[in-house]
Amino acid sequence: MIQVRFFASLREEMGREGAELEAVEASTIGEVWEKVAAGKERPANLLMAKNMDYSGPDTPVCDGDEVAFFPPVTGG
Amino acid sequence: MKIKIMESPFNPWDEMQRYEKEVLDSLYAGQYGAATVFSGTMRDFNEGDGVTGMLLEHYPGMTDQYLGKISQEAAEQWDLLDTLIVHRVGLMMPNDPIVLVAAWSAHRGVAFEAARYLIEELKSRAPFWKKEQLLEGERWVANNTPA
Repeated sequence: MIQVRFFASLREEMGREGAELEAVEASTIGEVWEKVAAGKERPANLLMAKNMDYSGPDTPVCDGDEVAFFPPVTGG
Repeated sequence: MKIKIMESPFNPWDEMQRYEKEVLDSLYAGQYGAATVFSGTMRDFNEGDGVTGMLLEHYPGMTDQYLGKISQEAAEQWDLLDTLIVHRVGLMMPNDPIVLVAAWSAHRGVAFEAARYLIEELKSRAPFWKKEQLLEGERWVANNTPA
């Protein structure tokens, strides 16, 4: 399985904290987005992480990975 | 090199003093000529509106990992003795401390540069998000203000 997580304003827009995908359903982070976003276009400023490291849409994913999508960070 | 995520209010000056006593003084007594600090406090205004409260969300695990990475990068770039980062999460009120970064070194130049690096990198890379409570309604902060 691939665990998908949404944070902050994106979580509210998606209406859920995350999702689970079978590993065969997506081979890259971009494909993960397409599977879980229900037709929502990927925001231009969307940030992505695989296993808690910043990644891009072409980053490959496999079984056991955690993929997170979130808006620009605003800490500090 | 220490990272702390706080779910309740903290006092940055107490954190500084405690860390100096417990760590710096046991490892580097007599060696640290300079300590530089950035302390960030919650404002009661933003973009022309009054702000009555703020929820600070983060990505547990990734937050610690990135604050650790940033600290490590600073340690590799400058001749530091130690660094400390403390960041608040959860619901906070105006005037509550949000963040403390501190750097210790033999001399002030590298300590200033390293503290500046730590706070700017934290603001652009550590996965925290602010949601402001206004007099009417609430809103996510879209971007950090420029340095």
